[in-house]
Amino acid sequence: MSTEHAPSNATEYIQHHLTFNAYPVGDGMVHVDSVITAFVIGALALGFIWWVARGATTGVPGKRQAFVELMFEFVDDTVKGIFPHGDRHSFMAPIALTVFVWVLMMNALDFIPADAAAKVTGLFSDEWRLVPTADVNTTFALALAVWFLMIFYGIKVKGIGGWIHEIFCAPFGGHPLLWPANLLFNIVEYVSKPLSHSLRLYGNMYAGEIIFLLLWVWAATGVAGTVAGAILGAGWAIFHILIVVLQAYIFMTLTVVYLAMAHEGH
Amino acid sequence: MNFNLTLVAQAITFAIFIWFSAKFVWPPLLAAIETRQKTIADGLSAAERGRLELEQASKKSTDSLREGKQQAAAMVAAAEKRAAEIVEEAKSAARVEAERIVEAARGQVEQDVQRAREDLRERVAELAVAGAERILRREVDAKAHSELLAGLKKEL
Repeated sequence: MSTEHAPSNATEYIQHHLTFNAYPVGDGMVHVDSVITAFVIGALALGFIWWVARGATTGVPGKRQAFVELMFEFVDDTVKGIFPHGDRHSFMAPIALTVFVWVLMMNALDFIPADAAAKVTGLFSDEWRLVPTADVNTTFALALAVWFLMIFYGIKVKGIGGWIHEIFCAPFGGHPLLWPANLLFNIVEYVSKPLSHSLRLYGNMYAGEIIFLLLWVWAATGVAGTVAGAILGAGWAIFHILIVVLQAYIFMTLTVVYLAMAHEGH
Repeated sequence: MNFNLTLVAQAITFAIFIWFSAKFVWPPLLAAIETRQKTIADGLSAAERGRLELEQASKKSTDSLREGKQQAAAMVAAAEKRAAEIVEEAKSAARVEAERIVEAARGQVEQDVQRAREDLRERVAELAVAGAERILRREVDAKAHSELLAGLKKEL
């Protein structure tokens, strides 16, 4: 929370915490907080794994390496189960690891109480939203990147002709009368995939953030409110662990599923 | 929900992270894990090989032990047989020797007896001659009767 101008009421408090640190670039705006937080946390997490991987021993691993390898095996097993179309180690598994680790870390930032985090981020700016995945731009960036990769692999695997053929002839059949139905169906599918992919993560994280903020508003209403806010805040944080990890897992799994589907012909 | 250039920035960050993961994070981890898996697999197969070899070696050692025991038993039996033979040979040699000694002793005794008899005869003859001399001192001419005496001596 800002020390310069304390919010006078709950609405202002919540609005304050839901305001991005937008910076004008050209004609548009960039949420500096989302971009920098996402990059720093992702670089820290992947840098840590890279650091461990660089010094990885082929002999008996230490606890740190064992932890990283555990994560590696988890991602690799998930990808192996979903993606049976050739070498997964060159691209599919690394992208799954990236998505899982990055999204997990961005989601986990939700555990830091907004006003405690503001003590640090307040050094840079008064406005700083800490959870990049509660920014729809971040989740859409990831989902659309996966979406383009999906189309890229669809064309790469089936050829441009095969891909267009599939849009008109699948899933209902190749009869010319069915072309419009197939096209409509595929458009719906191609639109719904990135929408559900990104909005699921965004919605969960945004909701989690809002609930925390509501509890902190309650906590500011006196002794009873502080106690209730603390207890419920702890409860919500514990439950939120499930959501944070689950959403990261779902996002990774869907990424691999969508890319695997792009490899499959009808 | 306000979309803006943040989306592009985040997509670029995402691309950088994917590139970083695919190039620097995943390969060394994969290499380390696969090398270790190979090492473990090799170790396991080596252990299995060692186990089989041990089994074979213990079987071989049991076999050679049994063979050695058999050989030793055969050798002991042969030695016992040989010992019995030697004892038997020694016994028969001793018997032959004893017989020889007895025979020799018997010959000696016979010789002695013969000699004693000879001596005795001579003594008797002398005594007889001496007696006869004493009886016939005067009438007997030694020279005249010496032939007679010698004949008598032979007869005795």
